[in-house]
Amino acid sequence: MTINYNEKIPNNVDLSSDRRLQRALENWQPKFLDWWEELGPNYSSEFDVYLRTAVSVEKQGWAHFDYVKMPEYRWGIFLTPSDPNRKIDFGMHKGEPVWQEVPGEYRSELRRLIVTQGDTEPASVEQQRHLGKTCPSLYDLRNLFQVNVEEGRHLWAMVYLLQAYFGRDGREEADSLLERHSGDQDKPRILGAFNENTSDWLSFFMFTYFTDRDGKFQLASLAESAFDPLSRSCRFMLTEEAHHMFVGESGVGRIVQRTCELMNEYNTFDVREYGGIDLHTLQKYLNFHFSVSTDLFGQEISTNAATYFNTGLKGRLNEARINDDHLLHDASYPVFQVSEEQIFINETPALNAINERLRDDYIADCDLGIRRWNKIIENSGHEFRFELPHRAFNRNIGHFSNIKVNPEGRIISQQEWEKRKFEWIPSESDQSFVQSLMKPVIEPGKIAGWIAPPKGRINRQSFEFDYVRFN
Amino acid sequence: MINFNTNPKKYQHWTLEIKGQIASLILNVSEEGGLYKGYKLKLNSYDLGVDIELNDAIQRLRFEYPQVSVVVITSSKDKVFCSGANIKMLGLLSHAQKVNFCKFTNETRNSIEDSTRFSGQTYIAAINGAAAGGGYELALASDYILLVDDGSSAISLPEVPMLAVLPGTGGLTRIVDKRNVRRDHADFFCTIAEGLRGNRAEQWKLIDELVPRSKFSETVEKRAMEISEKSNKPASLKGIDLTDLTREFNDNSITYENILITLDRKTGVVNLTIKGPSGDLPMDPESIAILGDKYWPLALARDLDDAIIHLSFNELELGTWVFRSVGDIDSVADVDDILIKHKNHWLINEIIQYLKRVLKRLDLASRSLVTLVEPGSCFAGTLLELVFAADRSYMLDGTLQDSNDSPAVLRTTKMNFGNLPMCNDLTRLQTRFLNQPEEVKKIHDHRGKDIPALEAFESGMVTFIPDDIDWEEEVRIAIEERTSFSPDALTGMEASLRFAGPETLETKIFGRLSAWQNWIFQRPNAAGENGALKLYGTGKLAYYNKERV
Repeated sequence: MTINYNEKIPNNVDLSSDRRLQRALENWQPKFLDWWEELGPNYSSEFDVYLRTAVSVEKQGWAHFDYVKMPEYRWGIFLTPSDPNRKIDFGMHKGEPVWQEVPGEYRSELRRLIVTQGDTEPASVEQQRHLGKTCPSLYDLRNLFQVNVEEGRHLWAMVYLLQAYFGRDGREEADSLLERHSGDQDKPRILGAFNENTSDWLSFFMFTYFTDRDGKFQLASLAESAFDPLSRSCRFMLTEEAHHMFVGESGVGRIVQRTCELMNEYNTFDVREYGGIDLHTLQKYLNFHFSVSTDLFGQEISTNAATYFNTGLKGRLNEARINDDHLLHDASYPVFQVSEEQIFINETPALNAINERLRDDYIADCDLGIRRWNKIIENSGHEFRFELPHRAFNRNIGHFSNIKVNPEGRIISQQEWEKRKFEWIPSESDQSFVQSLMKPVIEPGKIAGWIAPPKGRINRQSFEFDYVRFN
Repeated sequence: MINFNTNPKKYQHWTLEIKGQIASLILNVSEEGGLYKGYKLKLNSYDLGVDIELNDAIQRLRFEYPQVSVVVITSSKDKVFCSGANIKMLGLLSHAQKVNFCKFTNETRNSIEDSTRFSGQTYIAAINGAAAGGGYELALASDYILLVDDGSSAISLPEVPMLAVLPGTGGLTRIVDKRNVRRDHADFFCTIAEGLRGNRAEQWKLIDELVPRSKFSETVEKRAMEISEKSNKPASLKGIDLTDLTREFNDNSITYENILITLDRKTGVVNLTIKGPSGDLPMDPESIAILGDKYWPLALARDLDDAIIHLSFNELELGTWVFRSVGDIDSVADVDDILIKHKNHWLINEIIQYLKRVLKRLDLASRSLVTLVEPGSCFAGTLLELVFAADRSYMLDGTLQDSNDSPAVLRTTKMNFGNLPMCNDLTRLQTRFLNQPEEVKKIHDHRGKDIPALEAFESGMVTFIPDDIDWEEEVRIAIEERTSFSPDALTGMEASLRFAGPETLETKIFGRLSAWQNWIFQRPNAAGENGALKLYGTGKLAYYNKERV
């Protein structure tokens, strides 16, 4: 079997001369396509979708637009071009040249980091597979598919690393990435948030805003890695991740916009009977997705995170721009703690607080979008404002997993939580209401009544453009 | 660098005398002849240098004097047989040096017993003066112990009361396990610094015979004759010479006739490539005797023995030994067949026994052992034991790209099924498949056949079989990972995993040396500034932390 790899799998890793990779991918690609067929976007194989494909890392190459059938999407393998002078920025190896090969002593830790990251990529595709049936517009359907194929490409990026650098173990892990499934009883995805349902488009937008943003922060800290191929992979993935968060932020923003229009039109806060999603319900979805995503940063005090940092495997956000010694042996960092009835902040050794620091960066970043959504409400003349819940709210990992707090961060009893939780997170009836709005709109230029049309365009095509052809 | 190569002409401490079928090893330690600086070897106390000579003598007796059936160990110093390891020396040595010294002396004591059992050379200890600590332990390695009854010469194991350490050269184990001394008697004996004399020593079975001073020499001679007469060794046997080894040391390599060694100090890895036999191979014992120590299996055993000891003592920080072989696998198997066919011939027996001891030494090495099976290798029979002895083995499945080699194969011979047992008296295959004789049988059923990688993997002979695409990375990563772990933890783990199966005298001796003695050597009660080992001879009393652990 001769395959033109550069044609089939656009890449900048010299795939056509790397026999090990070729063989690994020959073996893996059919499994990936089977997986895509089985658990990727439902009933979509024959659609022609106006997609962006990365065909090179050059400026003109990374965003090539055309109609593509998704199973024929050219999942490429791209790494940001290497900098031969790149040095390790932090930890015990600071100042040494970055590693082009996996150091044997860090093999298992590196593999675990890559597997954990890789596991999230196909998971979200699985979570979102039924959404195509209820898209609010062709524009949104196309965006969903774009996000899906790019998550697929991110899976490829991680699989590439596993297969190119981790030998037999790496190949087995690459296979396992296709064997675990979101929400599966026996083999669930590794991280909790990736086993949650994404059953409606509001959840999808919230997910891309909050959960994909976790991905951005994880990728950004892996982009600091001393293992150069991982760093370079993540750097390139970050360019795509930005689009996913744009989908989330603009999607929620357009819902807010539509809700405000309905509020003004009917002069009521309760827009449900007019086919809109009321701001309270939106806040509940926000609370839920924010809290679940906050869990993804792991334990507040973590020896693993300390080891990853100290050994140079995973850095902090924009490591080089942080003004400290990048060793953190004697540094401290304020971390939220819980005692009896109180949440308080305590200085802890900074090395162990790496997760918490990244969570702080994340929370600050989340807040920016909230402000933009609030601007929409403000501009529509209303008093209501969205707020991020307290970081202790609805947590399942870390210090706060054993307590119940309200969105303001006050510790409450289990009974109070049971009594009031659906004031704060979506109840079944909220979910079925949102679900009831999910009717497909697939005529070019038309849009569902609960969301406003987008202001922006895709590759200069208007909203009326037929982004997806169903054939 | 400590040199382990010597010969009787160079001995400073021992004299080897041969009279017919009876040999004498006479200890007269040169006080100034210590291997390290800072101590005098008084009263026939010994250090590593003394033991290197003893080890050499035992070995030469087997190869150069095969007619010898009895070896008498005695002393030419007045009133002292041997007072054991030199304490000042022990106080000065680093921990690693102490442990290596103890291990080597243990291997030497074991080789005495091995010689008695497998070469028909029975050792007699003629204790003609005080035998303390390691001195009595040396006697314990013999089969028969005579003690002079002069009212003063005592045997003793004073380590616990005097030095706060153990009689760690097999003493504790041998008195109960070998001589069947009752444990309460042994307990008393091991806590009384001046030891026991006369009748009590005999009654408690700590010695075999008590002899009046005036009749001592005569009795020793008589016992030697009696034992010799019972032996079936022909007096006409002619030995072969063990000539000096040819070796060349460079900074990062060592070249032996049959082993090429490279030292990678950056990664802490030693690469040992064993060369298989070449040229015409002799088919019968007579031609083998003519070749003498140039005969491949013997020459290899000597090279490997020396390499293992050298690397163990002189290259402490090179923690991973990677074995490869290169040569014609048929020739290796042919050599094995010849050895097995003539194993009853004294020389062939000695060669097999020596290979056995060298492989045992390898099992006991405190190094990670990795064996790589690549095209062009010759891991058959005896050499295949290097695969089984390894903590992990990798066999290349197929060949490397663009190579014309044939894929590597393994081959078992009769050598793998009982002729080269480990310390636990099991073969390496039996130990590998402990309590699973059916697995060993499956491999035995394919004896003599070429076993390619997949089959070797499926039958459990090798650990992993990467193909050419993975080979380099898998091996590199595995070795790098290994070298990143704590050497102490690795040594402990490896030793624990290597010796599955039953305990024997040898496994007990080494197990207790590595656990108890090693621990005590680290403890302040012995090795601290106010510990007994440090204060010995100063007149000051040791301070003991009384906490029991």
